[in-house]
Amino acid sequence: MGKLYKAFIYVALISLAASIIIPVGWVFMASVKENSEFYGNPWSLPEGFHFENFIEAIHQANMGEYFLNSVIATSLGLVILLAVSLPAAYVLARFEFRGKTLINRLLMAGLFVNVNYIVVPIFLMLLDWDKSLMNIMGEGFFLDNIVVLALVYASTAIPFTVYLLSNFFKTLPKAFEEAAFIDGAGYFTTMVKVMAPMARPSIITVILFNFLAFWNEYIIALTLMPNASKTLPVGLINLMQSQKAAANYGQLYAGLVIVMLPTLILYILVQKKLTQGMTVGGVKG
Amino acid sequence: MNNKSLKRFIILCLSPALILFSVFMIYPTFSVFLMSLYKWGGLSSNKLFVGLNNFKILMQDENFIRSFQNTVFLIVVVTIVTLVIAIMFAAILVKENVKGQNFFRVIFYIPNILSVVVISSIFSAIYDPGQGLINSFLSLINGDGFKSIQFLGNQDIVIYSIAGAMIWQAIGYYMVIYMAGMSSIPNQLYESADIEGASKVRQFFKITLPLVWDTIRTSLIFFIISSINLSFLFVKIMTSGGPDGASEVFLSYMYKQAYNNASYGYGMSIGVIVFIFSFLLSGVINKITKRDTLQY
Repeated sequence: MGKLYKAFIYVALISLAASIIIPVGWVFMASVKENSEFYGNPWSLPEGFHFENFIEAIHQANMGEYFLNSVIATSLGLVILLAVSLPAAYVLARFEFRGKTLINRLLMAGLFVNVNYIVVPIFLMLLDWDKSLMNIMGEGFFLDNIVVLALVYASTAIPFTVYLLSNFFKTLPKAFEEAAFIDGAGYFTTMVKVMAPMARPSIITVILFNFLAFWNEYIIALTLMPNASKTLPVGLINLMQSQKAAANYGQLYAGLVIVMLPTLILYILVQKKLTQGMTVGGVKG
Repeated sequence: MNNKSLKRFIILCLSPALILFSVFMIYPTFSVFLMSLYKWGGLSSNKLFVGLNNFKILMQDENFIRSFQNTVFLIVVVTIVTLVIAIMFAAILVKENVKGQNFFRVIFYIPNILSVVVISSIFSAIYDPGQGLINSFLSLINGDGFKSIQFLGNQDIVIYSIAGAMIWQAIGYYMVIYMAGMSSIPNQLYESADIEGASKVRQFFKITLPLVWDTIRTSLIFFIISSINLSFLFVKIMTSGGPDGASEVFLSYMYKQAYNNASYGYGMSIGVIVFIFSFLLSGVINKITKRDTLQY
């Protein structure tokens, strides 16, 4: 019985691991295959490293430009998110004032708002703003604008981020602030120089989670950037549709690798922090 | 400390976050509700107040009813299968002394860090009737007489194929959450159960499961909300609702109505239904899973 049980455990573990490794590894393998190799057995190993797929994907399919767009949208989104969430979280955690309970409740309710359907009104709102601008200046500004996209990314992440950061600030002893005030530091200096550095572990958690969320985001980018400039996930879907029609599979898999490689590298570097941070920060996905 | 400067400091710190939050989250949420009361093409200024009429039409819209059934089916199946597998593997990794434990933990979490776009693309390739991994594997076993399975092209199968991709991506995430809950259970409980001769299975049901029940409850509500979201993305990318509406879910139908059909008002009334539905469901689940919390 003992032996059989052990064997069963390993069979289960290895099957699940294989179900993840095989498809992901398969994509990597296919990304260096030559197009003619796709018509044989899909399990066959590539005959050589056909890196042209990547070069073609980057140049012809614009994945290079989309990559840059994704980098900008993600990093700008993170900067905006931290710049507005950190002070708000700090104040909500450390000071008593009128309206605090209401603000806390509103932000909590925000955790349950579904981005996938508020994206329609956001789109219409920006379209409206653009129309008014057109009348005055002759061109729009809000749609197809990567800064606005980053702003929307940051906004949708505010509830979770403020919640997580203010929970952390609540655990710090009051003595730090008192000492800073006695030394003559103002509120702002105390927050930036004393309290924010102590919150580093939570800030890292926030950055990791939102990096993954922003980098992988699809529906907001699809809706708010309807024309030329796209982010990687949106560009990938376009690539998929066009390459499938043209039966040009190598580029398609190269595109997939371009999207998933940064997150895989990040994950390998910080996997402990990520899974720990997840259980500290509660649920989010 | 000066009261006035404190007040100014608080306002200065809060306003940027609150402005962004109001403009891009609160206002759009209210507009979903407001727009659901209009018959409106969106791009024209021809906006007609119709009250609850959109909802009346919805109740008779066969495509909407189908999307409702599909959503509920996905929630139930994906939730149950994912939770059972996640809890089982969490228990194995925490309680059994497995070799390469860390390796398995790291691998299992990978799907969760991949974009839904990537996962959907991978699964589209896996499910492909001609070149796909599963079909070519099956044909190896079955030999020449093999007829390939249309995973995404067959109306009866497509919803299971979508469920498969959703389960694949969710297992690792919930496993890690349950592992955290299980590793805090003191070992003495298992030691004394061992002495009394309780089997592993019995220990699981009498000790582990009751003590992580609260974690499961919290994750369940979150799971349902995210299933509604994720099912939309998977469906949109893999099948766009097809074949013939067989894989349509709530939000994909809403998206279709709003953008492709340009009936924003009608689309938003689906948004309202989704909102009410997930709210009610969270309440119901909260009620039926309520038990006295066990302490250790």
